[in-house]
Amino acid sequence: MEYFLQQLINGLTLGAIYGLIAIGYTMVYGIIGMINFAHGEVYMLGAFIALIAYLVSTLVGGQSVALGLMAALLATMLFTGLWGWAIERVAYRPLRGAPKLAPLISAIGMSIVLQNFAQISQGARVKPLPPVIGGGFELMTGDDFTVSLSSLQIVIMVVTVVLMALFTWIITRTPLGRAQRATEQDMKMAALLGVDVDRVISATFVMGAVLASVAGLMVTLYYGVIDFYIGFLAGIKAFTAAVLGGIGSLPGAMLGGLLLGLIEAFWSGYFSIEYKDVAAFSILVLVLLFRPTGLLGRPEVEKI
Amino acid sequence: MKAPPIAAALREGLAGALVAAGLALPMLGFRLVDSAQGLSLGTRFDWVLWAALIVGLGRFAMTILRGAWQPSQAPAMGEAKAARLRLMAGWALAGLAITLPFLPFSDRNLVDKATLVLIYVMLGWGLNIVVGLAGLLDLGFVAFYAVGAYSYALLATGLGWSFWLCLPLAGLFAAGFGVALGFPVLRLRGDYLAIVTLGFGEIIRVILQNWQDFTGGPSGISSIPRPTLFGLRFMASAPDGHQTFADYFGLAFSGDHRVIFLYFIILGLALLTNLFTLRIRRLPIGRAWEALREDEIACRSLGLNPTTIKLSAFALGAMFAGFAGSFFATRQGFISPESFSFIESAVILAIVVLGGMGSQIGVVLAALILVGLPEWFRELQQYRMIAFGGAMVLIMLWKPSGLLSSRAPTIRLKGAK
Repeated sequence: MEYFLQQLINGLTLGAIYGLIAIGYTMVYGIIGMINFAHGEVYMLGAFIALIAYLVSTLVGGQSVALGLMAALLATMLFTGLWGWAIERVAYRPLRGAPKLAPLISAIGMSIVLQNFAQISQGARVKPLPPVIGGGFELMTGDDFTVSLSSLQIVIMVVTVVLMALFTWIITRTPLGRAQRATEQDMKMAALLGVDVDRVISATFVMGAVLASVAGLMVTLYYGVIDFYIGFLAGIKAFTAAVLGGIGSLPGAMLGGLLLGLIEAFWSGYFSIEYKDVAAFSILVLVLLFRPTGLLGRPEVEKI
Repeated sequence: MKAPPIAAALREGLAGALVAAGLALPMLGFRLVDSAQGLSLGTRFDWVLWAALIVGLGRFAMTILRGAWQPSQAPAMGEAKAARLRLMAGWALAGLAITLPFLPFSDRNLVDKATLVLIYVMLGWGLNIVVGLAGLLDLGFVAFYAVGAYSYALLATGLGWSFWLCLPLAGLFAAGFGVALGFPVLRLRGDYLAIVTLGFGEIIRVILQNWQDFTGGPSGISSIPRPTLFGLRFMASAPDGHQTFADYFGLAFSGDHRVIFLYFIILGLALLTNLFTLRIRRLPIGRAWEALREDEIACRSLGLNPTTIKLSAFALGAMFAGFAGSFFATRQGFISPESFSFIESAVILAIVVLGGMGSQIGVVLAALILVGLPEWFRELQQYRMIAFGGAMVLIMLWKPSGLLSSRAPTIRLKGAK
């Protein structure tokens, strides 16, 4: 029972991070129908920028950890958002209206470039960061096992919930969100009605990058190590989460992320840690077999 | 069209420089230094300045050039003429490939590199059946390559079977995996299919990595036997009861013989793949692939069964990947799961798409550019992959439908436009 609870907490934390990255995939896919393969790399850049920003803020700011983290969070969101914008501008915008596979290849190329750029500019070695947020609670003490919930896990879940609420508000209540939903439904029609489609798409990429950068910051704090290669696996996991939840659907991305996190945590907790990726992908295949559009996806109407 | 005023170009350049500075500030401006005391920061703001300067000037020049540049109005080549040209280029390339080892300037190194390129050409041709002809986006093609490689390696090291016996078996196994994977997932639409194939590729890799007893785990399988020519070995001295190639033909032993022999094996396999594809495109099944790519609903209403058609494309593509895989295993003599990561799938897919989906010659061209060129720049190891990814982006921006795009149907009704 205690063990179960612990895996649940770990799974939810991991799932929150996957969910944040998955939103970037799902929003971009919803609007321009492309798999943004470089998104995992954006997350990796976010992690690096977060680490750098945190170190800078401790150098400049002094002692307060909370203040330093806030500054790092803001700087990370700003700079990673800029990266997201630039990537779209350089590699995807010229390919609008090109054959469907062209942006995909361009995205794969971009992700190779970014990965190696990070490797060259920051070195290939794993970057460790000593724990910044310590402490936590012991929820339950069993016979020989203690369930603990660290402060960091609380921070991660709170930040995720706040961001989700914020972005849901942006999508459903603001003019930008309305423009995004219009573009998603019918790009040409939205353009005819005066929506600046290019700007909306740029905004979508920036939003995805910002969320991914927050995930990057939290992973840096949570695991304490990052390297230039983390983007790949996190990227395909998050994409899996997006597909699992139904690609194009925001709540779906979060649900898919949480599910994937839980599956991984329970699988590594009860079965074998080596095969946790196999479990994650097998569940994906199973879900797609019975619900080909994901858990919360709308069924696609085939028009002739 | 008049060149835009310098002011506009200046503005563009300045904006570009600012963005570049913003991008470079965190990643280039600071450097993470890990030392015994933990992580610290170094700075190199001059790099940021350089990045801003280069991007700004580049943007400025591009804006001016774009204004001055007039798209050339050269008449497009007629379709028939282009097709003839392509055919000639194909024969010329095949001739060059066959004579390559005997040309005066070729050496062991060149033949070795050509072998590598040919592996990718063959993989590209195999994937071309799946992606280019049948229009199924497969991001896990490397899985079948891995199945082929491990089938040969395991059969040869475990049971001692010869390469020529294992080659068809490896192809069969890979095709079997293709069917096993394809059967449940081919109902899925394009992008869902893509992620499932990607997942499948990863699953295979993870299993190869962790199933220690069977696959040797991360350390892989080593001392895989080399192929023989009708029982003749390519060694300095043969074990009892066998003959070496050099002895039989009365030549002095040279390591080059094996390299050239391997080159001809892969050349033969690749040409076989090509011939097979060219012929099958004209059969009903090949036409059904192209029809399915263009319009699945129309196909279904005409009574074609999409599942079997897709499955056959999947299985055949997988089979050629299996052949290529077992050749890879025998050429390297050592395989490990590391050789079968996602990046390989991405490279093969890039070769197919960059070449122009469905174009056989395009695949050769793209393989030469993506695999051949970087081989010459091995010394620049770390910048090689950046250039590789950059080339993928740039070629796509320049020619979004591939270097040699041919989406024309292989067969036309007489008189139809």
